[in-house]
Amino acid sequence: MGYKTDYSRVQGLGTAGDGAHHWWLHRISAIAMIPLTLLFIFPFARTLGSGYDAMIATYSTFGHALVAVLFFLVGFWHLAMGLQVVIEDYVPHKPTRVALLLCNTLFNGTLAVAGILAVATILFRA
Amino acid sequence: MADVNRGNRPLSPHLSIYRLPLTAKLSILHRITGVGMVLAAVLIVWWFVAAVYSPEYFAAADWLLTSWLGTLVMVGSLWALWYHFCNGIRHLFWDAGRGFDLTKTQRNNWIVIGGSVVLTIITLIAA
Repeated sequence: MGYKTDYSRVQGLGTAGDGAHHWWLHRISAIAMIPLTLLFIFPFARTLGSGYDAMIATYSTFGHALVAVLFFLVGFWHLAMGLQVVIEDYVPHKPTRVALLLCNTLFNGTLAVAGILAVATILFRA
Repeated sequence: MADVNRGNRPLSPHLSIYRLPLTAKLSILHRITGVGMVLAAVLIVWWFVAAVYSPEYFAAADWLLTSWLGTLVMVGSLWALWYHFCNGIRHLFWDAGRGFDLTKTQRNNWIVIGGSVVLTIITLIAA
């Protein structure tokens, strides 16, 4: 306990210690996703179902590759933060919650790196 | 407690009997669409990774994503994306403390719904 009052021990901690920072990063990534969604979705929708050559032709272009990499990077970051909030809200059992939060981080991290690596490979191979 | 009238007071809305207004339904739909896009996210990354391996593997991934089941998932997720996009912009305005009065909220409900449908149709036409 020491000499600290109860108030000063908990001051600034919130429920998780860094909720405001998480909230703010979620908003920053949300704003970034507005142009990224508009730039990613139309070329992707056009390329889907157009065959291998069309796909390689699109994503071996620097601009399309850059948009795809940023879309995966910011998108999976935003998705991970959103799913984290959902898990924290609906899973009261702490061991399950911690396990799910760990899976969430690993899942989204792996998908982001896989997507970015795939686009980079297509770009550099061409 | 100074409040001795606890028994007669109206209580907060109980979700089981309270008919949620459209604004509340759209609010939970924001979460549902966000979580719902996970499947499409996995499929899209798989589609990109398949193109790294071989033209044959890519053809298989491309076929699955454009099959009737794949189309169902992708078009559903496309609408979910545009809904989350439109409603997300509204949430950013709410975060800035704007658009809270009842008339604006009820008008914006329909802008978000209409916007998501229009953007989905535009994307499908452009594809």
